[in-house]
Amino acid sequence: MSVTTDPIPSIAVNGMSLEVIDRGAGRPILFLHPGIGLDPQSPVLEQLARGGRVLAPFHPGFGSTPAPKSITTVSDISYLYLDLMEAYDLRDTLVVGVGLGAWIAAEIAIKSTERISSLVLANAIGIKVGDRETRDIPDIWAITAQQFDELAYFDPNVAKRDYKALPEGVAFAAARAREANARYCWSPYMHNPKLKNWLHRIRIPTLCLWGTADRIVSESYARAFCAAIPGAQFETIERAGHFPHVEQPEEFARRTLAFGSPKAEAAQRTA
Amino acid sequence: MRVYHFTEQPYYPAWDNHKGSLRINLPSSVCDPKIAGDLFHRYYDEWMLADDLGFDIMLNEHHQTSTCMSSTVVVGLSILARITKRARLLVLGYPLGHRPDPLRCAEELATIDVISRGRLDMGFVKGVPYEFPASNQNPVGVMDRFWEAHDFIVKAMSSHDEPFNWEGEHFHYRQVNVWPRPVQQPHPPVWSTTGNRNQARLLGEKGITMATLGSGYATRPLQDAYRAGYFAKRGVAAGAEHFAYLALVAVADNEAEARRRGDILASYFRSSAIVHVPFRNPPGFLASQDYARMLRGQSPPRTYTKDGRAVDMYKGDVQDLMDAGVLFCGTPDQVYDQITAFCEYCGGMGNLLMMGHAGALSHEDTVDNLTLFSKEVLPRLKAFKQPVAEATAA
Repeated sequence: MSVTTDPIPSIAVNGMSLEVIDRGAGRPILFLHPGIGLDPQSPVLEQLARGGRVLAPFHPGFGSTPAPKSITTVSDISYLYLDLMEAYDLRDTLVVGVGLGAWIAAEIAIKSTERISSLVLANAIGIKVGDRETRDIPDIWAITAQQFDELAYFDPNVAKRDYKALPEGVAFAAARAREANARYCWSPYMHNPKLKNWLHRIRIPTLCLWGTADRIVSESYARAFCAAIPGAQFETIERAGHFPHVEQPEEFARRTLAFGSPKAEAAQRTA
Repeated sequence: MRVYHFTEQPYYPAWDNHKGSLRINLPSSVCDPKIAGDLFHRYYDEWMLADDLGFDIMLNEHHQTSTCMSSTVVVGLSILARITKRARLLVLGYPLGHRPDPLRCAEELATIDVISRGRLDMGFVKGVPYEFPASNQNPVGVMDRFWEAHDFIVKAMSSHDEPFNWEGEHFHYRQVNVWPRPVQQPHPPVWSTTGNRNQARLLGEKGITMATLGSGYATRPLQDAYRAGYFAKRGVAAGAEHFAYLALVAVADNEAEARRRGDILASYFRSSAIVHVPFRNPPGFLASQDYARMLRGQSPPRTYTKDGRAVDMYKGDVQDLMDAGVLFCGTPDQVYDQITAFCEYCGGMGNLLMMGHAGALSHEDTVDNLTLFSKEVLPRLKAFKQPVAEATAA
């Protein structure tokens, strides 16, 4: 893992300070990170920036800005990001989310797609599929970090960190991400019981990606999520688990940009 | 000084039959309800004896664990409220942030205060890390919820003129009007626990009695933080009655027998560490700075001896635990000297929470421990003149 000491620029949204990575130029691409947080040096950001201007906010509580008390749910974050898109005056945005980020993206899109032209949801969490006694997603707070990595990655070695050898900021970012993830995902566990009922409102081109080694969310769960969005396409990424943007950044960006290109979007709209 | 007799009411027969976890995920199939009933009866008998001998009484609550069968402390409090005569009944603690319904808490505790004729002390606590998987309460933000529940209960117990309304961040009620109202006015004393100086200062500002549990020679800085907060709000020093300290106590006619009992009591610490690893540190339980230090292998030891040697409470022997001030152990004279020396170190400590039973200590040993302490140590402690700490500047 590479580490930057450069401060991340902040933008004020609705009286809140948000750290937002801003890379490249052109059509806006809003990248929403998963529950493990966001490495500013993550190769996927450069890969995506080939297709436009990547804006990647740290969700409240991740990064170095504390979460305000008023932000406690994924729905709260979705309203915050609607304000964020307004603050940047984004048009025809490609919104891309992974895991928790995909859940946030879906919660944005059920509310308004006024500034969004297409959506890529990778390994999304956020809905309830099984019955009340069947846990859709393994309890990540009842297993060890090593067990989590084995479930989440095609190659668990990708996730290994020697925090003692890394700068203090890396351990601090991991600690903050763990807490912030629980803020939004502890209960109801990793989902909003109401979300599935409203996914039908997403009427823009949507691609659902799933890393085939993911054992945090299963293929049937990923397909159920996709099926709830009218016309959404389902594709898989090989040699990747729950975080395909980390394990296969090039392939992830290639699929995303191919789906989200203005030409492809036009074709999808007429199809 | 007041001395409260405390046991966690353990189901210790399960302690030899676990797969690395005594809490949360130890299957209840290893619990024989007949044995559990026998143990409960025995523990209540010992508390009735403690009542006769001049002790006060402390109970607690944990969940899904063989280390403590008291999963709903209002049951124990309710029984003792009726069958004991004079002892104060301290619950420490009542894990308030985990409760879905603080109105129910206020009603239950007020009723217990009435039945006991005003003997209840209400110790409200955040709860240990292992409570979160059991209650499903989000560890993130639990203290906000804790304080709202606290404020609500205090208001519910002390409002008597007309029903009131509550539309808070976490709890919503209409027409709050607790019947019966508590005997102790405006409400039974509130206690809490902490191991954190900022929280200690806050407890001092609020005047809530502060208990520290097994904190040994790390206790004084916490108490001084409390004193500073107390003084800042009032301009007078906090008396010794504002402080409580939990320790294991083993007393016997001779030192060898006391140490034998002390070693059995130490199983309280040794067993408490046996928990499935992920349940030890739920997300958000520690501050991010502290968790980051843990990731970097820099967690400071919790307990020290008087001369600064770190002691591992989970593995230490009887002498280690005595040196750390978490076990008072020996003949009555030795135990009296150890306890009063600890009070001197603290600058005044008015409530000893005496773990007079733990683990597999037998009924006979427990009865002897309590009886000897009550005859030879307790009267002297009651007469002991507490040192007075300088009020720490704000």
